[in-house]
Amino acid sequence: MNNPDAMIFMRDLHKSFGTIDAVNGVTLSIGRGKVMVIIGPSGSGKSTLLRCINHLEIETAGEIWVDGEKLTRDQTQLNRIRAEIGMVFQHFNLYPHLTVLENITLAQQIVRRRTKAEAVEIARQQLDRVRILRKKDDYPFQLSGGQQQRVAIARALAMNPKIMLFDEPTSALDPEMIKEVLDVMLDLVEDGITMVVVTHEMGFARRAANEVVFMDRGKVVEQAAPEAFFTNPQSERSQLFLSQILNK
Amino acid sequence: MAIKLIAPSVPSNMLNWNGIRSRLRDYPWWLVGILFLVLGTFYLILTQPTFNEAFAFIKAGLSVTLSTTFSAFGIALVIGLLAGLGRISSNVLIRNIATLYIELVRGIPMLVLIFVIAIVAVPAMVSGLNALGATLAENGLPFLAALFSGIENKEVPMTARAITALAATYGAFLAEIFRAGIQSIGKGQMEAARSQGMSYVQAMRYVILPQAVRNVLPALGNDFISMLKDSSLVSVLAVRDITQVTRLYTGQTFRYQEAFTTLAILYLTMTVILSLLVKTIEGKLRRNE
Repeated sequence: MNNPDAMIFMRDLHKSFGTIDAVNGVTLSIGRGKVMVIIGPSGSGKSTLLRCINHLEIETAGEIWVDGEKLTRDQTQLNRIRAEIGMVFQHFNLYPHLTVLENITLAQQIVRRRTKAEAVEIARQQLDRVRILRKKDDYPFQLSGGQQQRVAIARALAMNPKIMLFDEPTSALDPEMIKEVLDVMLDLVEDGITMVVVTHEMGFARRAANEVVFMDRGKVVEQAAPEAFFTNPQSERSQLFLSQILNK
Repeated sequence: MAIKLIAPSVPSNMLNWNGIRSRLRDYPWWLVGILFLVLGTFYLILTQPTFNEAFAFIKAGLSVTLSTTFSAFGIALVIGLLAGLGRISSNVLIRNIATLYIELVRGIPMLVLIFVIAIVAVPAMVSGLNALGATLAENGLPFLAALFSGIENKEVPMTARAITALAATYGAFLAEIFRAGIQSIGKGQMEAARSQGMSYVQAMRYVILPQAVRNVLPALGNDFISMLKDSSLVSVLAVRDITQVTRLYTGQTFRYQEAFTTLAILYLTMTVILSLLVKTIEGKLRRNE
């Protein structure tokens, strides 16, 4: 199951902050076009693990391969690989001094070296895809949280990434806005892009995931297909977690 | 009529009185005081021959004061940006060089620093360049050598030394402003930019700095005003700015009261106009938030 030919492959990954081991020996592989949903209690190391994939956090020990290439600390390689990995953050992190359209064209122009016209055309397509084209000339602060997150998704997609990483994309949203973001993410699943999603949305995990990974205290406790995981969790800790989250 | 019907509970004369009171309270009376001083002095300049003569003499230094301030501030902006970026660099050497520079400048009085830069540092730099020129000539690079040799100390005008001194001093102040501005931008902005494959430099240039500079514009404006005032210190190098020209004038005429009053009012006029400008920019920025 763990093989270096996967889109993402990590072997015995460790990440510690001082004396705290946020990720403590994780080996995982994510196949091309697959969707992996990582769940677990807060502080279990899910986000840190995700951020290691594009080296926003640099692992303390272990190895990561992305599309067959091992990540090093070489900045040139890192910038090239990061351009292939879209990332969506909990707090959107749109560029507040730029309009929606400029948010999406900036990296296309300076990283992908597209002309302005090309970048704008692609931005329009992606904004249309996340159903928010009419807001293209607004500034981020003029948008609702759900709209901002959809723009953030469009910004990532405009780079034509091979992989999309989602770091709790709906956790900062008001309940009525969660659905519009999840709907956009479900569309992406249909399109067959490789996705790694850290979320507390069990409904999304059930519907979209090829594989669910349950993490606790920096380790992978359980890894299974969503049906199996949600109906028949094997470990005691995942049973406890699910009972807490489903009965709340 | 309709308004009276809707809001009859507050008597209209009461409402007006409160409005006038709060207007009087918020009125910039200080500005009236300054205007009074400025206009009063200019009235003296127009009507009194002694004031008139002093003003005519002193205003010749205005162009030196303004050009020194503008060029020194321009250079200080560049130094400040580089030193500010250096202060937050992850490179130990760069960070320490930047910090050393800033602490050096902050630990020495500005007047002393102006002497040191003009009289110690610039000549040292000149002899350093000459030594470099000589070495290049010995090693058979006459073309490069010509660039670096034959400069003489006396060929470096005091105005250039004064500008160097002001720029070096204010570079350290502006560095701290830029550093604070950059650090005021959330970590998520850098992460978002880097996650899209931008290099550190690209992320700084296109994402962080545009936001940071906007945030520190009022602080930069205030430092520009401070520099305009501190440019009076270059008079110790005999640079003929308005302060130096005033001293020359009083030396010849002994009309101290007229000359120094005119000098003070000239600085006040310039700084008040600039600080009103900074306030306007500040208000505009806040409204666009």
